[in-house]
Amino acid sequence: MSSLISENRQANSWQLSHLLQRLHIDAPLMMGLLLLLGIGLMMLYSAGGQDMGLIVRQLVRMGMALMAMLIVAQINPDRMRDSAYWLYGFGLVLLLAVLFFGHEGKGAQRWLDLGFFRFQPSEIIKLAVPILVAAFLAERPLPPSAWRLIFGLMLIGLPAFLIAKQPDLGTAILIASSGLIVLFLSGIRWRIILTFLGTCAAAAPVLWYFMHDYQRRRVLTFLNPETDPLGAGYHIIQSKIAIGSGGTFGQGWLQGTQSHLEFLPERSTDFIFAVIAEEFGLVGVALLLFLFLLIAGRGLFIAGQAQSSFARLLAGSISITFLVYVFVNVGMVTGLLPVVGVPLPLISYGGTSMVTLLAGFGILMSIHTHRRMMSP
Amino acid sequence: MASRFTLKDHFRESRLINGRLIFAAVLSVLVFAVVIVRLVVLQVLEYEHFDSLSNRNRVDIEPLPPQRGLIYDRNGVILAENIPTFSLEMVPEKVPDIEQTLNELSDLLALTADDVSEFQQRLNRHRRFQQVVIRQRLTEQEVARFSANRHRFPGVDIEGRLIRHYPQGHLFAHAVGYVGRINERDMQIIDQQNYKGTLQIGKTGVEKEYEDDLHGDVGYRQVETNVQGRIVRELMSVASHSGDDLFLHVDINLQRVASEALGDYNGSVVAMDPRTGGVLAMVSKPDFDPNSFVSGISTKEYGTLRDSPDRPLFDRALRGHYPPGSTLKPFVALAGLELGVVTEHSKTYCPGWYTLPGHDHRYRCWKHYGHGHVDLKDAVAQSCDVYFYDLAHALGIDRMHQFLDLFGFGHRTGVDIPSESRGLSPSKEWKRGSRNQAWFPGETLISGIGQGFNQTTPIQLAHATSTLAMRGVTTAPQVVRASRAAGDADMQLRNSNNVHSLPMENSQHWEAVIDSMVEVIHGARGTARHVGEGMPFKIAGKTGTAQVFGIAQDEKYDAETLERKLHDHALFIAFAPADKPEFVVAVVVENGGSGSKTAAPIAREMIKQHFGIIEEIDEQPDQ
Repeated sequence: MSSLISENRQANSWQLSHLLQRLHIDAPLMMGLLLLLGIGLMMLYSAGGQDMGLIVRQLVRMGMALMAMLIVAQINPDRMRDSAYWLYGFGLVLLLAVLFFGHEGKGAQRWLDLGFFRFQPSEIIKLAVPILVAAFLAERPLPPSAWRLIFGLMLIGLPAFLIAKQPDLGTAILIASSGLIVLFLSGIRWRIILTFLGTCAAAAPVLWYFMHDYQRRRVLTFLNPETDPLGAGYHIIQSKIAIGSGGTFGQGWLQGTQSHLEFLPERSTDFIFAVIAEEFGLVGVALLLFLFLLIAGRGLFIAGQAQSSFARLLAGSISITFLVYVFVNVGMVTGLLPVVGVPLPLISYGGTSMVTLLAGFGILMSIHTHRRMMSP
Repeated sequence: MASRFTLKDHFRESRLINGRLIFAAVLSVLVFAVVIVRLVVLQVLEYEHFDSLSNRNRVDIEPLPPQRGLIYDRNGVILAENIPTFSLEMVPEKVPDIEQTLNELSDLLALTADDVSEFQQRLNRHRRFQQVVIRQRLTEQEVARFSANRHRFPGVDIEGRLIRHYPQGHLFAHAVGYVGRINERDMQIIDQQNYKGTLQIGKTGVEKEYEDDLHGDVGYRQVETNVQGRIVRELMSVASHSGDDLFLHVDINLQRVASEALGDYNGSVVAMDPRTGGVLAMVSKPDFDPNSFVSGISTKEYGTLRDSPDRPLFDRALRGHYPPGSTLKPFVALAGLELGVVTEHSKTYCPGWYTLPGHDHRYRCWKHYGHGHVDLKDAVAQSCDVYFYDLAHALGIDRMHQFLDLFGFGHRTGVDIPSESRGLSPSKEWKRGSRNQAWFPGETLISGIGQGFNQTTPIQLAHATSTLAMRGVTTAPQVVRASRAAGDADMQLRNSNNVHSLPMENSQHWEAVIDSMVEVIHGARGTARHVGEGMPFKIAGKTGTAQVFGIAQDEKYDAETLERKLHDHALFIAFAPADKPEFVVAVVVENGGSGSKTAAPIAREMIKQHFGIIEEIDEQPDQ
C-alpha cells in the first residue's frame, strides 16, 4: 500500500517536472520569483496604507508580467540571437520617437503614447542591448578583437546616451552596465579593464578642474544629498531614520511609524526598501537580500550550464544586471549611493519595469529549458 | 580571410566565460556584504539614535525664507518694504480631515469661498509635509480667536510672516511693479529649492526684473516636532541670506509732480538724466494700488481693473503705442541735414498744402493758410508740415527708416524693466512682410510728420530725445541705480553698460536741430513759448499732436464736436539746459488735444521741479 502511494507520488512529481519542462519553466527560478513577488505584495499592502486597490492593480501587472515571462520562455534562444539586430533597431527608433513626440511625465520625456496604451521604449532597450551585444560578440571567437570591442561599446553607448538625455540617468546607467557586463563576461583582457578604470579615475580630477563652481556644487549635492536637506536630501534623511529605527528585528508588519505617518516619501515605489527595513529589521532585509542573491545565483548557474557562448553571455548579463538593480536601489535608500530613481526590482509598485524584468527571467528559462533540444 | 574560418573553440570559450561568471558572482556577494555592513551600522550600531528620532518625536525640516530686498528712490525714500502680518497655515499631512478642518475654520474665521478654492489649488502644488497658506493678513481679532481654539486644529497654526508693502501706493504701480503669489507658471522657471517658504515673487516692473537680486537665499532648520506637529527643539539651522536692497534713479518728487500734472488724463510721462540714462520719473496713468496684488487680489477686484476701458494695468510708459506726431520732426530734420537732402538754410514754400508730383491729393499743413517760405529752424519751431512732407519725399521711406533706427525708433530701448514694446518705424520691407502690400508714396509723407504707421512708446521718445540732447551718445534707460547686498555698507552701482555713440558726419548738424528746438520754446513763433518763461537757461523742445481720428479731406478738426476719446493725443519732448543737457522729459497725454496746450505745461512743471525753480509768474495759457 505504502509503496503504491510513494510510486504514485513519484509519478506525480515526474509528471509535474515533465509539465514544467514542456512549459519551459525553470522550477527553482520560478519559486524564487514567486516568493519575491509575494513579499512585494505584502510590503506594498503595508507601505500603501493597506489600500486593496493598490494591491489589485499590482496583481494585474504581475499577471501580465508573468505572462510575458512565459511567452518569452517559449522562444528558442537561437531565434533571439537572429532577431537581435531587429529588436535593437526597433528600440532605437522608438527612443528617437520619444525624443520628438514623447510625453512628459514628472519633467522627463520617457513615454510614448500609442493611443491605447503608453510605454517606455527604454524598457525594450533594456533587453535589446544585452541580447545584441552578446549575439554580436559570440559571432566570432572570444575574447573579442579590439575593434569588435569598440563597436560593442558604441552599441551600448548610443541608446544609453539617448536615455540619459530624456533625462533618465538611472535607466541609462542600468542599460550601460547590462552591456558592459556582457563585454566583461566575454573575456576582454584584465589589462584593458584596468586601463579603462584607471583612465576614468585619472580623468575625474581633470574634469573637476575645468568645471564651473555651480557645476561642482551640483556634483557635490548629487554625491552627498544630505547637503541639500530641502530637496534630494530630505528623502535620504527620512529613509535613514526609517531604516535605523527598524533595529535588528523590526517594528513588525504594518507597524512602521515612519512609513505610516506618511513621513517617508515615495514609500511604495523607490523607497519601499526602507519600509521593509523598518518593519522587519536587519534580519528581514538580510533574508530578502539573500533571496535576491539566490535568484541571481540560479541565473548564473543557468549561464554556466548554457550550451552556446551567446546564451552564456546573455544569461550571465541578465543575472548580474538584476543584482546591479538591487544594489543601486538599496545603495540609494541606505545613503551609500547618490539618488537616482531606480525601483527595487519586483517589489516596488509600478508596472513597466516588472514586465521587462520577468521577460528577462523568461530568457533565462528559455536558455535553460531549450538546452537538450540544442544538444546534438 | 583566414580568421573567418577559424573554428570557435567552444571548450576554451566556456571556460573563459565561466571564469568571469564566478568572478562576478564573488564580486556580487562582496558588494552585498558591504550593503549588509551598512545596514548593521544603521540598524544596530546607530539604532538608538534613529529610534529616538522616529519614535517619540519626528524630525522636520523647515525652510527659513529670506527677507526680500527693499527698494528706495534716489533720495532714500522707501518704495517697497516688508511688513509683518499673520497668516493662517496648514501642514496637510498633520491634519486628520482637511475638509472638516476647513469647514470649522470657515465658521471660526469667516473664510470666503474664494479663500477655500485658492487654498485647494495651492494644496495640490505642495507636498504633504509643507506648509500651505490658508489665509493671509489675519486681523488681530482673528489671531486671538484662532489662538483660543488652536487645540481643535492640529496641523494648523498661525505664522508670523513679512509681506511686501508699497507705502507710496499708486505712485509707482507700474515702475516698481508688484509681487504676487507664486503660480504654476512661476514654478516652472524658479529654482524651487530656493523658494521653499517664499510665498511671493516679482510679477511686474523692478520687482520682476530684479527678482534674483531681491529674493535672497533660503535657509533652513532641522527641528524636532511632537505628534501634533509642534516644534519641541531645534537641532540645527542655517540662516537665510536676505536679498539685495535696490536704489532707483527715480525721484519720488518728480514722479509725484508728473502724476499730479497729468491729472485726470490717461497718459505717460518719462524723465531721464541723459548723461547716465537714469530714469528720473516714469508715470503711466491711470494706475492702481499694487498692494492689492501682494496677498492675492480678489477675482472681482481684478476683474474691475482688467475690464476697465482705461486699462489701468497697462503700462503706457513701456508699452503704449502712440504716433509720435510732430515730435518726430527734429529727427527727420537731422536726417535731412545728415544725408545732404537739405541744408540749414534751404527753404521750402508752404502754401498750406502739398501735392505729390503727378497727383492732385492735397496733404494739408496744420496751418490752413500756410507758413510761406520756411527754413529748417522755422519749420521745426512752427511745426510746418509741408516742409517735412517735402523733406520726407526727398529722403524716401527707407532712408528715413534707417536713420530713425539709429535713435531706437522701432526697437526696444533696453530699459531694465520687463515687457517693453518695440513700437514701429515703418519701411517698405516691413509693409511687404507684415501686410503684404506695396508702399505708397503718400505714406512716406505722413510718416515724415510722425503719423501713419509710426508707433512709439513714451520711453522710446525719452530715449531718442536723450540721444539727441547728448549729441549722439545713446545710453539705455536704467531705472535701478545701485544695489546693496545685505550686511554690506557699500552700494554697488549698476551703470547702464549699453552706451554707444552715433556716427554723424558733421557735428554742426546736431546744433542746427537743437537750435531749432530751442526756437520752439524761446522763439517768437515757437509752438511752446510758455514753457521757457522765467527759466534761467535755454530749453529745447518739440510739441506734437497725434491724430486718433481721421478727418476727411475737406473737414476741419473741431474739438468741440468730437468725443473726448477721439481727441488727438498731445505729445511733448524737451531737454534742458539746451547746451549742457541734464534733464530730458517726454510727455504723452491721451486725447489731450494739442501738444502745446496740454503736454508742454506738464514738461514745464517737471523741469521746474527738477531744477528747483520757484517762480511767481502767472501761468497764462498760450495759443
